Amino acid sequence: MGVDRKFIGQTSEDRFVDVEAGQLRLFAKATGETNPVYTDEAAAKAAGYAALPAPPTFAFSLGLLAPAQKGSISEMGVNIGNVLHGEQRFDYHAPIHAGDRIRLKTETVDIYEKKGGALEFIVQDTTAHNQNDVLCVSARTVIVVRH
Amino acid sequence: MSNLNVGDRLAPVVTQPISRYTLAMFCGGSGDHNPMHVDIDFAKSFGMPDVFAHGMLSMAYLAQVLTKSFPQQAIRSYGVRFAAITPVKATVTCNGEVTEIFEEAGETRARLALTATIDGGVVTLQGDAVVALT
Repeated sequence: MGVDRKFIGQTSEDRFVDVEAGQLRLFAKATGETNPVYTDEAAAKAAGYAALPAPPTFAFSLGLLAPAQKGSISEMGVNIGNVLHGEQRFDYHAPIHAGDRIRLKTETVDIYEKKGGALEFIVQDTTAHNQNDVLCVSARTVIVVRH
Repeated sequence: MSNLNVGDRLAPVVTQPISRYTLAMFCGGSGDHNPMHVDIDFAKSFGMPDVFAHGMLSMAYLAQVLTKSFPQQAIRSYGVRFAAITPVKATVTCNGEVTEIFEEAGETRARLALTATIDGGVVTLQGDAVVALT
């Protein structure tokens, strides 16, 4: 029933995702974002961005748009209907823009249980580098599995 | 925003009630295609009474407290703990408060405490962020 602890320390394959302006605009619309910096290239450039910027939490979406095969929660045997998002953290090192090609790598750093195994927690760290090999974002995700 | 002091509150963000349409839009906009957030039949099959909002939707709303007060380039870190589920039709109120001003990596930085609450005062997200002021 529980998640096999052998996944601790496993790292995903490299995944690549192109940051598309249309996806950023849809994300802005879906989140009620009204700041034109996030939808209008001219406004973004006037604010000092090279192109439309990915908003602060979009880095998580990059992972969803280019999901890992190796070390994914489905490979761990976890059903998507039983998961909750427990925690999410981002450390920002360099901006991500429309037109970037981002390389993602995810490591499962811990798996532990609470409530006598009724809840399990999967901790995964993801790095996002751009096409110039610059680290843009490092992120930590804690997934809660309900049993 | 270089004249911030500990205890200062940032301008809040208050959303419209989260509709099923909002959740469908965020499903496509965010790339989170988990049916738990858009398919009531799926949600019921896993023992939930209804679909509920993506945690990352509220995290995006809470981030707007930061981006309304600071240029995004100034945000150094941002994290949250998801404390409670956000049901459909909830209105999300996002707040931020300065808890510390400190020097790090040659910058003056502010640490912020962030919260998202829904109707009835239930805290759904508890977070923190660091932004550069100079």
